[in-house]
Amino acid sequence: MTENAAVGKLKEKFSGSVLDVTEFRGETTVTVKKEDIVAICAFAKKELGYNLLSDVCGVDYLGRAPRFMVVYHLFNISTKERLRLKAPVEEKDPRIDTVSGIWATANWHERECWDLMGIVFNNHPDLRRILMPDDWEGHPLRKDYPLQGPDREPYQGRLS
Amino acid sequence: MAMTEVMTVNMGPQHPSTHGVLRLVLELDGEVIVKATPHIGFLHRGVEKLSEYRTYHQTLPLTDRLDYLAPMSNNLGYVLAVEKLLGLTDAIPERAQTIRVIMAELTRLKSHLVWLACHALDIGAMTVFLYCFRERENVMDIYEQVSGARMTSNYFRVGGLSDDFPDGLEKKIRDFVDEMPGHVDTYEGLLTGNKIWQKRTQGVGVISAEDAINIGLTGPALRGSGVDLDLRRDNPYSGYEKYDFEVPTSTECDTWARYLVRLTEMRQSCRILRQALDSLKPGPILADAPKVCLPPKKDVVNTIEGLIHQFKIITEGFKPEPGEVYQEIEAPKGILGYYIISDGSAKPYRMKIRPPSFVNLQALPQMVEGSLIADAVAVIGTLDIVLGEIDR
Repeated sequence: MTENAAVGKLKEKFSGSVLDVTEFRGETTVTVKKEDIVAICAFAKKELGYNLLSDVCGVDYLGRAPRFMVVYHLFNISTKERLRLKAPVEEKDPRIDTVSGIWATANWHERECWDLMGIVFNNHPDLRRILMPDDWEGHPLRKDYPLQGPDREPYQGRLS
Repeated sequence: MAMTEVMTVNMGPQHPSTHGVLRLVLELDGEVIVKATPHIGFLHRGVEKLSEYRTYHQTLPLTDRLDYLAPMSNNLGYVLAVEKLLGLTDAIPERAQTIRVIMAELTRLKSHLVWLACHALDIGAMTVFLYCFRERENVMDIYEQVSGARMTSNYFRVGGLSDDFPDGLEKKIRDFVDEMPGHVDTYEGLLTGNKIWQKRTQGVGVISAEDAINIGLTGPALRGSGVDLDLRRDNPYSGYEKYDFEVPTSTECDTWARYLVRLTEMRQSCRILRQALDSLKPGPILADAPKVCLPPKKDVVNTIEGLIHQFKIITEGFKPEPGEVYQEIEAPKGILGYYIISDGSAKPYRMKIRPPSFVNLQALPQMVEGSLIADAVAVIGTLDIVLGEIDR
């Protein structure tokens, strides 16, 4: 397996926080500890040149521990390389530090992740719901949130 | 000295300059915008949640309802992501790839035509609006001929296409492509030299290259700020590496620059379309993957194996191996990404869409704060947002 040069540098600099490196269909995924996510992202932007943050999202692995994953898709505009960072977040206290200070674009992505997945981003400048109304209860993209909504019975077919 | 007071004005929820429902809370000092806060979510349909309860084939028709002004681009991003997940990327037949490029570029023209029409109308040019919609009608007719629908195309399939081009369509597309550059000349003739147009767009909504990357702008908005990034050339998919085209950029970073970039893109799309039409050869339109692609209708009707395969794929779908992929394409509005996680079942475990409009809209406050309220309309137009895609 040819290892991505960026992964080597990440491992060297943050040996203690890189939990796992996987390769699937030519894409590299690096799982890191959430405590160091800001330092790692800052390093990836400044030293490794991943200047565009394409996307941030949460994934709910209900039944597994830790339950949530926060996924960052990075893109390097000059070398056209991609890197995926993941950080596990526990169910008990779903918090992770914001990276909106590194890439301003993370602001809305993190708001969306909070709104739909219920992951809190520490130090976020403006953590409000974005797609759902302000007074909405629950986080719809969680696996234990019913598809039909909270107060509705699933459709059972014709009643008469 | 007169007392001044900041006044709050709601622009929207429905405003002619937004494609969909967007509420913009503007704090005004006279005519100057002090603060702009966009409120979105009025069109949220939970497409990502719905996809977790549907098979991969069933999810496809949800995608073209996102950006309803460029449905085939959304389909393309989705099928490419699923094909990558299945490891099918290299198995897509030549003809299917070329037709995908043709339809994707027609979609770009169609999307840019609506952008130009509405942008011009927002700023006060009615004639351009009527002309653009006249040309867009041709693309809609082509859509109707290939897929049966004018808006919700659902024409691409995982592994290829739902059907081949009908007879005579190639000539129709070629005629359209031949006349299109002339129409672009007309639009330019109406707008580029127009003093009102220049005053309304030059120096409006300026965003530097560094800020644009930082806030995540992509597509024509990014290229208008001088960043030379186009995934069709830099990260090719569907055989884009075979075509010869230029990526226009401009360093003025304003609404005017983005206008010129999009107009040049329309000309370049015609160039790609001509090359694609020239290279279109007969051949299969679906990959040889019987567990994924539906069998031909005549096999379904005449053979029991065909019938069983059809039944199994429709009722159960296919099961990609566990893993996760992220696929991005250069949609008309910017970089469109699909992140799909498979847990080995027939339904996506998680699908996340990275819509270009969502990220582009985030730059709006930065671009309008400090300028006049009339400029807000021009900037919304130049970002070319579609709320269906933002809210998903």
